[in-house]
Amino acid sequence: MNPMDAIFKALADPSRRKLLDRLFASNGLTLGQLCERMDMSRQAVTQHLNVLEAANLVSTQWRGREKLHFLNPVPLQEVYDRWVRKFEQRGLKALNRLKQKLEGEAHD
Amino acid sequence: MTESDYVYVTYIASTPQKVWDALTQPEFTRQYWEHDNVSDWKPGSTWEHRAVDGGKVDIVGKVVEFTPPKRMVITWASPAERDKPEAYSRVTLELEPTGSMVRLTVNHAGLIPGSNMHKGIQSGWPRVLSSLKSLLETGKPLETWAKAKSA
Repeated sequence: MNPMDAIFKALADPSRRKLLDRLFASNGLTLGQLCERMDMSRQAVTQHLNVLEAANLVSTQWRGREKLHFLNPVPLQEVYDRWVRKFEQRGLKALNRLKQKLEGEAHD
Repeated sequence: MTESDYVYVTYIASTPQKVWDALTQPEFTRQYWEHDNVSDWKPGSTWEHRAVDGGKVDIVGKVVEFTPPKRMVITWASPAERDKPEAYSRVTLELEPTGSMVRLTVNHAGLIPGSNMHKGIQSGWPRVLSSLKSLLETGKPLETWAKAKSA
């Protein structure tokens, strides 16, 4: 799969976005720690992590016998540079701020 | 322990030697990082991260390990905190050829949680690595660096 396609595919799933949010809040977690608070089987979490790893959104390192998972935002920077910044204008930023203000802090 | 530990990975269509040179030679680092990385790169020597614009030193540290073009370990601190051993974090860069790409891994460990350095590197590394990839693959760095500074 093309790397950009892999990133968007990985981000298309709410459970996978939740896993990224967990790692953003607390980086370097084991599979067991990631399974806590995820309402799904260990096997399902493993599969989601594989998709995230294939998209390079999650990197892993072994520390002794533990495999730790880290958020890797580098591909998101590439998405930003390719798909956001190019289209960005000052006006869009102002609109976005207004939208956030009106909608409160809620975000997905 | 791992809360202040980061692992960034990028795949670059290049050779390990080119990526290595791009990380260690000022004439390359200044193109995508807007800083010169200056050192003789001998274990035990110091290194400095100097702004191209004005020459201000923004990061200082020591070279711990230097094995071209595979692995280097450097320490990392703000010059204002150069006399505080606890302020030094540790950066390990590893290059691995994978097919026609190089997998570059940056592990930044031992940051003080909540410190300015801790916050800074989280936005810094993704932009630096993205810009490095762009420079080596297309000949052009990203403008994000300059944009972020003027914003």
